[in-house]
Amino acid sequence: MLAPCAEGGQREGMTTQAEISAEIAQLHGKPSTDPNWAPHRALTDYAPYRSSILRHPTKDLHLTDPETIELTSPAFGRRDVGEAESDLTTMSTGEPLGERMVVEGRLLDGEGRPVRGQLIEVWQANSAGRYRHKRDRHPAPLDPHFTGAGRTLTDDDGRYRFLTIKPGPYPWRNHVNAWRPAHIHFSVFGDAFTQRLVTQMYFPGDPLMPLDPIYQAIPDERARDGLIADYDHDLTSPEWALGYRWDIILTGSRKTWTEPEESDE
Amino acid sequence: MSESLKEQRVNQPLLPTADQTVGPFFRVGLVYPGDRELVAPGTPGAIVLDGRVLDGESEPVPDAMIEIWQTDETGAIPRESGTRRRRPGSFSGFGRCETDPEGWYAFTTLEPAPVRAGAPAFFAVHVFARGLLAVLQTRIYLPDDEAALTADPLLASLPADRRATLVATRPGPGHVRHDIRLQGDGETVFLAFR
Repeated sequence: MLAPCAEGGQREGMTTQAEISAEIAQLHGKPSTDPNWAPHRALTDYAPYRSSILRHPTKDLHLTDPETIELTSPAFGRRDVGEAESDLTTMSTGEPLGERMVVEGRLLDGEGRPVRGQLIEVWQANSAGRYRHKRDRHPAPLDPHFTGAGRTLTDDDGRYRFLTIKPGPYPWRNHVNAWRPAHIHFSVFGDAFTQRLVTQMYFPGDPLMPLDPIYQAIPDERARDGLIADYDHDLTSPEWALGYRWDIILTGSRKTWTEPEESDE
Repeated sequence: MSESLKEQRVNQPLLPTADQTVGPFFRVGLVYPGDRELVAPGTPGAIVLDGRVLDGESEPVPDAMIEIWQTDETGAIPRESGTRRRRPGSFSGFGRCETDPEGWYAFTTLEPAPVRAGAPAFFAVHVFARGLLAVLQTRIYLPDDEAALTADPLLASLPADRRATLVATRPGPGHVRHDIRLQGDGETVFLAFR
């Protein structure tokens, strides 16, 4: 088993990136053996991500029909989320350091229909790759002007928009010299509780993505591509902020999305 | 995206966005005051729903997050806002609780009632954690109505030992307890929906 890395150093016998990359290559494109696990989903049984080893179910998901409560979702309203909470750059008295950016997109169901009035929550590291969290021990500076959390409700077109700064990549202790690619965490509600999604949005061209056992836990290449935002120059504001566009697609049924023509089992 | 892919998408369902783990720092964005108190402690009819999240070696998972979504005490599906900013006397039906250093979660809530006569009452549950690459969905059934539990299609489709992983216990009045085991002996039944 993996021991935590000594602060700032390397411990003998720890797994190297080369070993992790070899494990990733060996598992590449292999879908789950669970017949009820939708092929676009990240595998929970994915040993290159060491923390998953004791935390993934070993039995197949049990296929069942949703009950009424599961086909509905909590009602979020303006009481829950203020307009200003989608701007992560104005949460403090001063401006956060970093590359100011807009991320905008739409929340859609599997048929491309907008999912309206639903809650999107985001959290992220600051521009130096540090989270405002007591257990983040990365020796990078905290930014007094950046909390790294925001939230919004989707509009009638399913659209959301955040103003933030680009998060930095950061080290973690999965293996020696492990670095997470830059990402923003997204937590999303759909019209049904079964559509609940927590994921991460990545940036185009990040050289750390091929090395990352969290990102690579998604066996389907198109599904991996789906987590990368597009740089959109039309969304970039002159002398203000870079623009990234990222749509989020939910599904009402994790089981049947690939086989829409077939009837249920 | 290529043009051919775009054309394909006109007639085919879109590929859903993949899951990723909540990671170790979800508290930054997801924990909020009152998240685990669907009603204020001391509210008439309030119960505590608690339990532990355990890993494959039966060790507590101190960085998991449980979400519940439920009917109210009459069996109605809540349609009121006020989940992130609770409104006294109102019930939004949704709660969220990060586990503590010993793996415990605890909600203060109302007992859900069944949506229709003869059906068992349950909480719809989502499990997230560092080390867990995708959300896991499950249910926590109240243990009281044996006839309704026996008739429930999901529970009826499970062998007894697996069925037991979905049914809570009552350690005392106003108290419902349920552990969630991610792996190993007594592994909780996790669900996929048709």
